[in-house]
Amino acid sequence: MKPQDKQAYLEEYELLKKKGKPFFPYAVLKDSAMALIVVVVIIAMSVILGAEQGPKADPTSTTYVPRPEWYFFFLFEVLRVIKPPELVPIATIGIPTICMVLLLLLPFYDRGAERRPERRPIATTAGIFTIIAMGYLTFLGATSGSPTEIDMEVAPQYEAGKEVVAGAGCLACHKIGENGNHGPGPDLTHIASRVPRAAIIRSVEIGPGIMPSFRDLPQKKLDELSDFLSSLD
Amino acid sequence: MPKLRLPKIPDSVVPAPLRKPAKPGRGGLPKGQAPADLKTAPPERQTDVQRLGDKAKDAPADVLAWVDQRTGATGFLTGMLYRKVPKGTNWFYTLGSATLFAFIVQAVTGVFLAMFYTPSATQAYASISHINNEVPLGALVHGMHKWGSSVMVILIFLHMGRTFFFGAYKYPRELNWVIGVVLLILTMTMAFTGYLLPFDQRSFWASIVGININGTGPIVGPYLSDFLRAGPELGATTLSRFYAIHMLLVPGAIIALIGAHMYLVVKLGTTAPPWVRAEKPKVATPVAELDAGVEGNGAGPSNGASAT
Ligand code: HEC
Ligand code: HEM
Repeated sequence: MKPQDKQAYLEEYELLKKKGKPFFPYAVLKDSAMALIVVVVIIAMSVILGAEQGPKADPTSTTYVPRPEWYFFFLFEVLRVIKPPELVPIATIGIPTICMVLLLLLPFYDRGAERRPERRPIATTAGIFTIIAMGYLTFLGATSGSPTEIDMEVAPQYEAGKEVVAGAGCLACHKIGENGNHGPGPDLTHIASRVPRAAIIRSVEIGPGIMPSFRDLPQKKLDELSDFLSSLD
Repeated sequence: MPKLRLPKIPDSVVPAPLRKPAKPGRGGLPKGQAPADLKTAPPERQTDVQRLGDKAKDAPADVLAWVDQRTGATGFLTGMLYRKVPKGTNWFYTLGSATLFAFIVQAVTGVFLAMFYTPSATQAYASISHINNEVPLGALVHGMHKWGSSVMVILIFLHMGRTFFFGAYKYPRELNWVIGVVLLILTMTMAFTGYLLPFDQRSFWASIVGININGTGPIVGPYLSDFLRAGPELGATTLSRFYAIHMLLVPGAIIALIGAHMYLVVKLGTTAPPWVRAEKPKVATPVAELDAGVEGNGAGPSNGASAT
C-alpha cells in the first residue's frame, strides 16, 4: 500500500466512524444475542449428543478406531492422498506448516489497497478454493469408516488371524482385498509377495511412520496375525 | 436481515460515571434541583434507616468513583463503550466475540471438570465415568466442554473467513491478523491435547497416530514426538504432559493473546464492510447530519449483509 493509499484509507475510515453508531448498546446487543445463541447451541448439543465414553484405553486390546476429532479429518486425508513414505514428511508437517506460514504472512505479501472481495480475484479464489478443499477432505474423512470385516476367502488355519486383523483397526489405514481404506498405509492385499514374514512382524511391532506399534498385543494374536498376513501373496 | 432498531437506553439505568456525556447544547442531566422530599423529610428529621437507604442508593456510583480515583479506569471504559463502530457494521462482526464467548464457556466448564478429573493413566478413565454418572450436572458440563470445542473451532474459522474476505487484515490491522493466526494454532493445540484426556480407546489410539504424525516431520519431527510422548510409549507421563499443556500452558497463552487482540481491536477500531463508502460530501455536511448516523442514506447494515 502506498503512503497516500494509507492516508486515504484512514480518512475514509474516520468518516465511516463518524457516521457509525456507538459500540454500546448497538454492537453490544448483537454480540450478546450471538453469545446467547452460542451457549444455547452448546447446551443443546451436550444434552442431545452427550459425552459418552468409549471403552477404556488398552494397548493390549485390538478393538479401536484410530479416529481423530472431526476437525482434524482433513489432515488425515492429506496422508491418504500423499502416500509414498519418502513424501510423508511433506504431507504431515510440510503442507500444514507451509499453509500456516502463508496464512501468518498474508498481510505482508497481499498489500494491495483494494478490500472488496470481488475486486481481489486472486485472494478470493484462493480463499474459496481452500474452503472447498478443506470441506471436501473433511467430508471424505467423515465418510471413510473403519471397517471391521474382511470378506476374503482364506484357508481355515488363517481364519483366526483374519479376525485379529479385521478387529485391530488395520483397515483404517490399509486396504486388504475389497475392504479398508486407501492409505495412509500401503495396500496389504499381496503383502507376502513383497515382504518376508519377519519383516511383516517387525513392521507390526515397531509401527513404521505414523502406524502405531502393536507390540503389546498378546503373543498368540501376534502370531495369528502374522500367519494371516504372510499368507497373502 | 431485518435492521435492528434499538431503543435509547435511559440514562437512569447507566451508573453515573459511565453515563455518556451530554452533547453540548443538549441539556443533559437536570442539576441543582432540590429533591422532592426535602420539605416532607428534611435531612435533620431523617431516621438512620432512611439515611442508610440513601447511602445505599448512591453506593454503586460511589464505588465506581472510588475505583476511578485510584485507577482512572472509567475514562477508558466510557471511551471503549461509546467508541463509534463504523457505518455498515453487521452481524458478521459478531463472530469474533462469539469465538471469545465460546472460549469463556470452555474455560468455565474446564475449571469444573478439573475439580473432578484425575490426570493419571490408571484413574483418568474412572474419573470421567464418575463425572458422567455421579457428579451432579457432570454429564452436562462434560458434554458442553466436548461440543463447545467443536463450536469454538467452527467459530474461529468463520471469524477468520470474515476477516479474510473483508480484507480486514490489511493496513493498519496486519498485526491483529498475525495474533489471530497464532490463536488459531493454539486453539488447534488445545483440541489435540484435550482429545487424549478421557483416556478411552479412541483417544488413546488417535493420540498415538497424532504423535507419530508429528514424528514424521523433517528435522524437528522426532524431537517433537519424543517431547509429546514423554517416554518410549504413550502412557502415564504422556497424559500428565498433555494435561499440563491443555490446562496451563496453552490457555495462559491464549488468554494473553486474546488480551492483545482485543487491545488492538479497541485501539484501531473494526473495519467497515469493504463495499460501504463514506460518500464524501462535495459541500461540507452540517454536523447535525453526520450525527444522524446511517438511517438517512441507502447503504445501511442490512444492505451490507445482503450484498455478500
Ligand atoms: C494409523 C494408520 C495405520 C494403522 C492403524 C495400521 N497401519 Fe500399518 N502402516 C501404516 C503406514 C503409514 C505404513 C507405511 C509406513 C512407512 O513405510 O513409513 C504401514 C506399514 C505397514 C506394514 C509394512 C508394509 C510394507 O509394505 O512394508 C505392515 C505389514 C503393516 N503396516 C501392517 C499393519 C497391521 C497388521 C495393522 C493392524 C494391526 C496396521 N498395519 C495398522 C499405517 C497404519
Ligand atoms: C480465540 C480466537 C479469537 C478471538 C476470541 C477473536 C476475537 C475477535 C474480536 C472480538 C474481534 C472484533 C471484531 C469482530 O468480532 O469481528 C476481532 C477482530 C479481528 N480478528 Fe479476531 N479473534 C480470534 C481469532 C482470530 C483469528 C484466527 C484471526 C485470523 C487469522 C483473527 C483476525 C482478526 C482480525 C484481522 C480482526 C480485525 C477485524 C476488523 O477490524 O474488521 N482473529 N477478533
